[in-house]
Amino acid sequence: MNVSYLYSLLAVIVLGLIAYAGAVVGLEALFGIVIPYLAVLVFFVGFVNKVLDWAKAPVPFRITTTCGQQKTLDWIKPSPIDNPTTTVGVIIRMLLEILLFRSLFRNTRVEFKGEKISYKWVLWLWLFAIMFHYSFFVVVIRHLRFFVEPVPFFISALETVDGMLQIGLPGLFISGATLLGGATLLLLRRILLPKINYISRAADYFPLFLIIGIALTGILMRYFIKVDVVKVKELTMGLASFHPGIPEDGVSALFYVHLFFVSLLVAYIPFSKLMHMGGIFLSPTRNLANNNRMKRHINPWNPKVKIHTYEEYEEDFREKMKEADIPVEKE
Amino acid sequence: MEELPKPDEMYESIDHTPPEEEWEKIESPIKRGRYAYPAKDKNLAIMEFPTPGEWSPADEEWPLPDNWQQIIHEGFKERLEKYRSLKIFMDTCVRCGACADKCHYFIGTGDPKNMPVVRAELLRSIYRNDFTTAGKILGKIAGGRKLTKEVIKEWFAYFYQCSECRRCSVFCPYGIDTAEVTMMGRELLNLLGLNINWIMEPVANCFRTGNHLGIQPHAFKEMVEFFCDDIEEITGLKLNPSFNRKGAEILFITPSGDYFADPGTYTFMGYLMLFEALGLDYTLSTYASEGGNFGLFTSSDAMKKLNSKMYAEAKRLGVKWILGGECGHMWRVINQYMDTMNGPADFLEVPKSPITGTVFDNAKSTKMVHITEFTADLIRHNKLKLDPSRNDKFKVTYHDSCNPARAMGLLEEPRYVIKNVCNYFYEMPENTIREKTFCCGSGSGLNTEEVMDLRLRGGLPRANAVKHVHDKYGVNMLACICAIDRAAFPPLMEYWVPEVGTTGIHELVANALIMDGEKERTTDLRFESLKEEEDEADEG
Ligand code: SF4
Ligand code: SF4
Repeated sequence: MNVSYLYSLLAVIVLGLIAYAGAVVGLEALFGIVIPYLAVLVFFVGFVNKVLDWAKAPVPFRITTTCGQQKTLDWIKPSPIDNPTTTVGVIIRMLLEILLFRSLFRNTRVEFKGEKISYKWVLWLWLFAIMFHYSFFVVVIRHLRFFVEPVPFFISALETVDGMLQIGLPGLFISGATLLGGATLLLLRRILLPKINYISRAADYFPLFLIIGIALTGILMRYFIKVDVVKVKELTMGLASFHPGIPEDGVSALFYVHLFFVSLLVAYIPFSKLMHMGGIFLSPTRNLANNNRMKRHINPWNPKVKIHTYEEYEEDFREKMKEADIPVEKE
Repeated sequence: MEELPKPDEMYESIDHTPPEEEWEKIESPIKRGRYAYPAKDKNLAIMEFPTPGEWSPADEEWPLPDNWQQIIHEGFKERLEKYRSLKIFMDTCVRCGACADKCHYFIGTGDPKNMPVVRAELLRSIYRNDFTTAGKILGKIAGGRKLTKEVIKEWFAYFYQCSECRRCSVFCPYGIDTAEVTMMGRELLNLLGLNINWIMEPVANCFRTGNHLGIQPHAFKEMVEFFCDDIEEITGLKLNPSFNRKGAEILFITPSGDYFADPGTYTFMGYLMLFEALGLDYTLSTYASEGGNFGLFTSSDAMKKLNSKMYAEAKRLGVKWILGGECGHMWRVINQYMDTMNGPADFLEVPKSPITGTVFDNAKSTKMVHITEFTADLIRHNKLKLDPSRNDKFKVTYHDSCNPARAMGLLEEPRYVIKNVCNYFYEMPENTIREKTFCCGSGSGLNTEEVMDLRLRGGLPRANAVKHVHDKYGVNMLACICAIDRAAFPPLMEYWVPEVGTTGIHELVANALIMDGEKERTTDLRFESLKEEEDEADEG
């Protein structure tokens, strides 16, 4: 069994301890100001660079993966979304991919059952992924309250919905729990399913542990250790307004661990598989219409190639062609 | 070729448990039965590829040029700049594993490097090491790997264990198409002259002679005339197809497999009979006598060179549009590459069926129509007299070929045709057809004898689904629209489901087709009795 996840786990623990120790020995400014700024900078530069790099490369061929009936004869019903021919179709296809993970929804699992091979529809991965990504999204939106004053109504509204279970005090946010749950399930999947374990590497475990670390420290701060939220907001507002400062008589060191993890994650995105958040928009098998035979696609570097012309061909075979009564150009 | 295990032994021996060792550490990727013979210099030379001389993949030392690392690095860089697909597919995989068990080669071999995700990682690990910041700094931790001779061997082994079927790409949340990765990997290997002869010989033949098999013009004509004799015997009608005829309305192009070997030949006879019944003004070409394009399995330049003949010949002959026969990868090239590479075909007209008047707007730019689109339209308009009972001894199922399914979406047309010419049609299980169809196991130039072990294993998911409908409904005929299928299925079925035969759709059409002035038919196109009972009676 591949236990490489232990290294990633260890790395995240060590990183957390560093931040904790840093905050304790008075390096709050480093972990509370310098690193977050740097991280955001690295993120923007890295992200933009990567996307520009992708965009720079041309799309020489329209290589749509078609997952439904093509549009041909009037009386055959086409699949306008899974095999789009129009821009609207493509947009809907992309929205379904991005918002609902359409392709993952198709997932099956192969099983040899006696003489028969079966391909059972399995939704676990889809479910975990949806749970994880949407929780993450809600958590991020919720956290915007730390960077704007006054807090816009939609954030408060979201919090009301997110906290509707009304468990505990302060009220439990569902998204926090499902983020931790989703990340943990995705992690367990990687550790326990032999095939997934086999293909998983440090780069798969590291961001999961990091996110679990973020969720755990966040939950600890909100429900158990209860950091001073007003102080925290003072710090984050300082960052957002470019008047950074470290609040007097400190925010708990745990907060700096949380912030450090977030900074790491943000800075890590452009250099890792987490760029899938951008890549999904540009995948040529999904974002192109299958209208190749209707509308010519242009390849900007369409090369000139040496072809074997008919004339050369006839040169090779003229006598044989004549003998067989096949018409020729030159007698 | 080595003895193959018995089918149940092979089936039982398949184990999907991953090995102890990480895939990066597994050495000696070259295994008997899983690699094809290397391309011969004479064929490589015709296509202007490097010529490494005589060698075998089983050799310890491969004939690599001194600066092979540089060649690969530069070739890789060039392709990253030319293909957004490659960049995106290198960067976005999250190794979620959704594709892992979707590949027929993984299902049939259990070899973890046949999981699409790992197949792509073979290339991706080098990409990370050489072209990404994280990989350059962190190396192995970021999933990077040094380019060694062992890696080249591994690429050769596994990019020639991928049939470029694109099944994995249907399931990937980012649409990552491992076929595209394989194509790039094969292009890189070509830069070193490493290819397989089963691909390079057809490519070279096609370039010079006009078709994969190197059949010369007079021989092509003779073969077709031979079919006409058979047709005369069966129907009493004398057919007289034309060759390289200028001014015909339609140029018909089909893969050479259709006139070279059974059962493809019956499909070819089917086309001829259909066109005769319609009185179609069409011609065949000896110069463009190949629908297939093994260039697709070689490099985009090779593909373009071979494909160029279709438009060139259509232009020379002055036809109005092109009709294409039953072939899988041929239609990937026509639907996704031809117009871009060799268009615009502004010298042709938008295809219009001379029989029904239907205008094929879906092909208004490329000007090439698939024969099942054409025939489905004919049937819909009641233009064919059909007696489906002549196919009554067949219980038919239909195999969606990878490319028409996943690079086109030609799903209903063939089914519509089959249902109108056969009384007994049964679908295979849902997760094995349409866009989720399984490859025959021999696609992308892997239909050679020496990889029979791989082909039988890769074909297992398809064969097993056929077996299911065979057991359940008594299916005894597997219909397909692909010449590689027609070559690959007979041995595959023989091994896994021996009671099932293989046919093209237009063979079934011609069996059912009532032609004006024909004599009463007693046999099908294979000279076998129309009814099973009669066979038994004959024997009794
Ligand atoms: S399904 Fe796509 S993202 Fe997931 S492992 Fe396969 S190629 Fe990677
Ligand atoms: S394209 Fe087909 S053969 Fe190749 S990895 Fe994907 S599923 Fe396997």
